[in-house]
Amino acid sequence: MDETVVDLSRLQFAITAFYHFLFVPLTLGLAFILAIMESVYVMTGKQIYKDMVKFWGKLFGINFALGVTTGLTMEFQFGTNWAYYSHYVGDVFGAPLAIEGLMAFFLESTFIGLFFFGWDRLSKLQHLIVTWLVAIGSNLSALWILIANGWMQNPVGAEFNYETMRMEMNSFSELIFNPVAQVKFVHTVSAGYVTGAMFVLAISAYFMLNKRDLPFARRSFAIAASFGLASILSVIVLGDESGYELGDVQRTKLAVIEAEWDTHEAPAAFTLVGIPNEDSMQTDYAIRIPYALGLVATRSVDEEVTGIKDLIVEHEGRIRNGMTAYGLLQALKSGETDTQTINRFEAVKADLGYGLLLKKYTNEVVDASEEQIKQAARDTIPSVAPMFWTFRIMVGLGFLMLFLIGASFYYASKHVAEHQTWLLKSLIFALPAPWIACEMGWFVAEFGRQPWSIGEVLPTAMSVSSRSATDLWMSLSAFIVFYSGLLVVEFYLMIRFAKSGPSCLKTGRYHFEQNATDQAGSHPQHSPA
Amino acid sequence: MDYESLKLIWWVLIGVLLIGFAVTDGFDMGVISLLKVIGKTDDERRIMLNAVGPHWDGNQVWFITAGGAIFAAWPIVYAVAFSGLYWALLLVLFALFFRPVGFEYRSKIETHRWRNIWDWLLTVGGAVPALVFGIAFGNLFLGLPFTLNELMQTQYTGSFWQLLSPFALLCGVVSLTMLTMHGAVFLQLKTEDELVVRARGMALLAAFLTLTGFTIAGVWLAFGIDGYTITSLVDGNAVMTPLDKRVAIGESQWLANYEVYPLTLLAPALSLIALLTTMYFTLKHYAGRAFISSSIAVAGIICTAGFSLFPFIMPSSIDPVFSLTVWDVVSSEKTLGIMFAVAAIFVPIVLSYTAWSYYKMWGVIRAKDIHANQVGMY
Repeated sequence: MDETVVDLSRLQFAITAFYHFLFVPLTLGLAFILAIMESVYVMTGKQIYKDMVKFWGKLFGINFALGVTTGLTMEFQFGTNWAYYSHYVGDVFGAPLAIEGLMAFFLESTFIGLFFFGWDRLSKLQHLIVTWLVAIGSNLSALWILIANGWMQNPVGAEFNYETMRMEMNSFSELIFNPVAQVKFVHTVSAGYVTGAMFVLAISAYFMLNKRDLPFARRSFAIAASFGLASILSVIVLGDESGYELGDVQRTKLAVIEAEWDTHEAPAAFTLVGIPNEDSMQTDYAIRIPYALGLVATRSVDEEVTGIKDLIVEHEGRIRNGMTAYGLLQALKSGETDTQTINRFEAVKADLGYGLLLKKYTNEVVDASEEQIKQAARDTIPSVAPMFWTFRIMVGLGFLMLFLIGASFYYASKHVAEHQTWLLKSLIFALPAPWIACEMGWFVAEFGRQPWSIGEVLPTAMSVSSRSATDLWMSLSAFIVFYSGLLVVEFYLMIRFAKSGPSCLKTGRYHFEQNATDQAGSHPQHSPA
Repeated sequence: MDYESLKLIWWVLIGVLLIGFAVTDGFDMGVISLLKVIGKTDDERRIMLNAVGPHWDGNQVWFITAGGAIFAAWPIVYAVAFSGLYWALLLVLFALFFRPVGFEYRSKIETHRWRNIWDWLLTVGGAVPALVFGIAFGNLFLGLPFTLNELMQTQYTGSFWQLLSPFALLCGVVSLTMLTMHGAVFLQLKTEDELVVRARGMALLAAFLTLTGFTIAGVWLAFGIDGYTITSLVDGNAVMTPLDKRVAIGESQWLANYEVYPLTLLAPALSLIALLTTMYFTLKHYAGRAFISSSIAVAGIICTAGFSLFPFIMPSSIDPVFSLTVWDVVSSEKTLGIMFAVAAIFVPIVLSYTAWSYYKMWGVIRAKDIHANQVGMY
């Protein structure tokens, strides 16, 4: 197995997913904000709300285009770069992806066309329904993708079949109602809603600071602040920590995030900050909050959180079991399919994946040396420092946004938001925060899953396609060049249209279309077509 | 329902998704690959873009869903085909990248340079996938150089350039002209004046080329290319891997199905007739009938390829035993059953709201519509 190919395949997947995830959260959140604005328009009949839907819809469209572009890759990349993964788990993992297409993506994509082009062809109510269907469609998409992803973290409802050499579904309902998938869904879409809210808040704040189109900015600001407050509370309160006691991957992830080297007596303390030290397996200069971790992770005061050292010992035992399972699988494959062999295999096959971990170190899994077993067990723990820090950045940004959105809500409800210069400036400055938090969260979830592509079932190192390193270098570079180029264009258009504000709708009602010269502090500019 | 029926149903369903893709997104690709060919002015090019504007995104989902369905129903096909045809698939994807951004960004800025660049990129986004899909299909008849081992790991030994054999290139051209025809016929429904005249001319030319290419490919397949056939007994209800059968290669074997099941001859026959009626209705200015004919031709040509290959999906040129067939690439009976139920519920729903969206957006696009709504239109 070529380790370079494994690393490059991971990097390519990470980069393409990273790019895709720059656009998805905003789509998720802004879609609902548009639906809310249009509902207000239909209920009140006030033109300004229709203009808001159109203006924010324009920015939505600019973002959505790249979401679609980068999303195309995701549907096919399992096949191109993760061929063995695709064969090994397609029976289970493919189902939610296909259902996503049929149930959600069609809905979203068909109605997005009517959203943009149907203003004069649909009744008010029809158009409103279309907008809601776009929002629902994009969120259903997220649901199925996170069901697929949740299964990678906690593969329930499936079993290995030695005849076909793959995992096969034995319970569709367990797959759908996987608790890890459920908490992930709520947490992820809420993060998307926060992104949408922060986006509208920051741009409205910009208009307010420039004293432009105030009625438009105020209304947008108020809707985003209310929607954002509910969302940020949901993200924080319904964080996905509650899913961290489910399955070995999640337990390991939790220990790593907290740099919990030893199993402490319940309830565990939460390490606020510190310097995780991989060599000595301890966290230097740690500041701990008693009880907090136990409460958050286990929702109790008497369950303990297993530490990294104990997890390694546990994993080593399972690797040894896995070697037995692999040996029996070889026997089965060579035709020894007597009942006794089958029964013995069935008894240990839950640990087959742990046996496969050894494939990274030796082709002869059953003859692995003690040293290789120890190494494989040690490598079941993802690097601590990156996990420790990305998690804390995510949480820190979450609380920062809670504060900013809370303040926005407070001042908006008192109708004085436009005078809080400090808040408006902070909102603009904090615009990247939701994206950084989303990407960090995604990193914690997926980097923390290593060394598995499917937790306890299939190691990442075994999942790749048999392409050459040259292929990977070329495709990786091509993705980076294409995506970055398109991202620059997207930024250019986004900034241009956001700055021009509702004047870009050319309705004649907004700032730059009226006498731009008598507005202090603004610089006339061409509004784009 | 037994496993054998489910295997056949999924072969049909994936065919339906591919046909859905070619019939709907096919005209999007056709229209934008003609952007610089028959769109002489900026207004004309905007008319063409807005003709497919409300629909291309929904249409593209047929492609994405077909990808997801192959993953779910034929996991090993998804694995072997996409990892093996790595560069061909990436070429398609990179070309398709230009469409969402091209449509959305092109008319947002008024300079000639900006729009011209996007027009070229959109042309690439239409023509390249159409061509590569055909080349890939052509290679299925020739067999692809891949192996499988006991663990079902696959190794592909060919390069991208080896895909460009004369027969495969002919299939690529048929695919390109077919979708160009379909796009040009669609434009007859949505345009008027000089543009519709040019669209008609292009439809006639493309239909003629498709007819010629399709016929040559058929003859070539009959006399010049060896086909594959399963020689061991296959129990459709059995759990199989691709290694559990024997396969032979023989002359004219790709046409064997037409002898065994003569009804399948309807596919190539309908394709030829529909290509002729497309030309006839185009000449008579019956745009609606031309579009129905062209859709039948597209569906018929894909069915012809599918019927000829059946039960093969992806033959191996290294050792025919590795070949992937309808019987041995499928997911478990349970997954196929569940996914069939999902498809049975959602495909009709998708079709009905898609139809509603076409109904709502029906009608000719004129330059004055675009001038009246500069901001809202592509």
